[in-house]
Amino acid sequence: MKKDTILLGIETSCDETAVAIVKNGREILANVVASQIDSHKRFGGVVPEIASRHHVEQITYVLEEARQQSNTVWEDIDGIAVTEGPGLVGALLVGVNAAKALAFAKQKPLIGVHHIAGHIYANRLEKEFEFPLLALIVSGGHTELVLMKSHGAYELIGETRDDAAGEAYDKVARMLQLPYPGGPQIDRLAELGEEAIDFPRAWLEQNSYDFSFSGLKSSVINTIHNAKQRGKELRKEDIAASFQASVIDVLTTKTVRAAKEFDVKQVIIAGGVAANRGLRSALEAEFAKTSIPLLIPPLNLCTDNAAMIAAAGTIAFEQGRRSGLELNARPSLLLK
Amino acid sequence: MDTYQITTHTVEETIQLAEKLAILLKPGDVITLEGDLGAGKTTFTKGIAVGLGVKRNVTSPTFTIIKEYEGELPLYHMDVYRLEHSDEDIGFDEYFNGDGICIVEWARFIQDYLPQNRLEITISYINEHSRELAFTAWGDHFKYVLNELQL
Repeated sequence: MKKDTILLGIETSCDETAVAIVKNGREILANVVASQIDSHKRFGGVVPEIASRHHVEQITYVLEEARQQSNTVWEDIDGIAVTEGPGLVGALLVGVNAAKALAFAKQKPLIGVHHIAGHIYANRLEKEFEFPLLALIVSGGHTELVLMKSHGAYELIGETRDDAAGEAYDKVARMLQLPYPGGPQIDRLAELGEEAIDFPRAWLEQNSYDFSFSGLKSSVINTIHNAKQRGKELRKEDIAASFQASVIDVLTTKTVRAAKEFDVKQVIIAGGVAANRGLRSALEAEFAKTSIPLLIPPLNLCTDNAAMIAAAGTIAFEQGRRSGLELNARPSLLLK
Repeated sequence: MDTYQITTHTVEETIQLAEKLAILLKPGDVITLEGDLGAGKTTFTKGIAVGLGVKRNVTSPTFTIIKEYEGELPLYHMDVYRLEHSDEDIGFDEYFNGDGICIVEWARFIQDYLPQNRLEITISYINEHSRELAFTAWGDHFKYVLNELQL
């Protein structure tokens, strides 16, 4: 019988300090996340230096908590997986150095993991993958369509050319004077509003799977300014609903088109914006019309966590990929 | 201190101006960009990137604060909007005295950390396509750059 593979995962790329222990890339033995969102709320966003300081304060506690919850001993752990990028450099460094110290002290293999690979593999904690599969990653820093033909092989077929979807949400929320984080606020307002304003959809070139949300952002600003000059006040709910409709329309249409063109067996949604109710229901409705199964992970696996890093790391581990102790934080790492 | 103002009428024109500027830059140069949301700060940076021979597409650095690109000179693109209330130095010196070009959006939020010699650019919205760009050069090198840019 094949021995189980148990990996410890560490994720500190942004504002969550997370450690998890995962068996065979699919079974969560422990998944501990210490969120800093309250610390960053008053600043209207993640403040890098504060984020790294929090990571330093919390990493050992989170690590200990995960080890206790999992009922494992060090002998059970086959390797240490850690997010090496992309992300905030000071934040990444805390996780990378913790992982290196553990790998060195406990004599365990070290595996550097791409943050987006983690988001994709969060889905495998729920359901086994079938290839080819298409992943739509939407978060504060990312808007990407990734095609996978086998484990650990990522083909980027589309990405944002300017703002990530989550960034556009945060910037529009800023204009509407909504508190941080902006995404959930707009999602909530959108449910109360009417799609009264016809904001543009950036389809780009006919066959492109790239995204662009900068023009939409500008259009929202212009619409608000123009209304103000004419002495009219637009309902925030309607702006939110109309803005969200444009984002969702483009994301959904391109994802469905790519899924059909590449004849995929699964479509998975990953990243923090996957928590958006409007997006979820639009995608569910569109894919219900096709025969392609749509996977959306539960909320706690959509947002940053370390179980997804351990899950993605398990595949790399099984494929024999290892990182040396020269592993470093790579803020602009590309997914390959 | 020298100043220069110009109005561009299309996105392409703005990008061309940025490309022309990029060619005049040298390692360690710091450019600050001010302008409202949607003014075109990231668009201007895209032009600089083209001029520096950066192959990758430049995207908004708002989320990660700093994005780095490889070109004939490295490009460091920062958006420090979220540092407004934090009096924190995230290692600016290493970037500002580094081997590449630094472009800082919303630089007023890190006023205390900015080097004395720099090129300030303020982009103002005129209408959907037109923008007014106001340049202020601090230090001899940028005065020279500004003169060249106007030729």
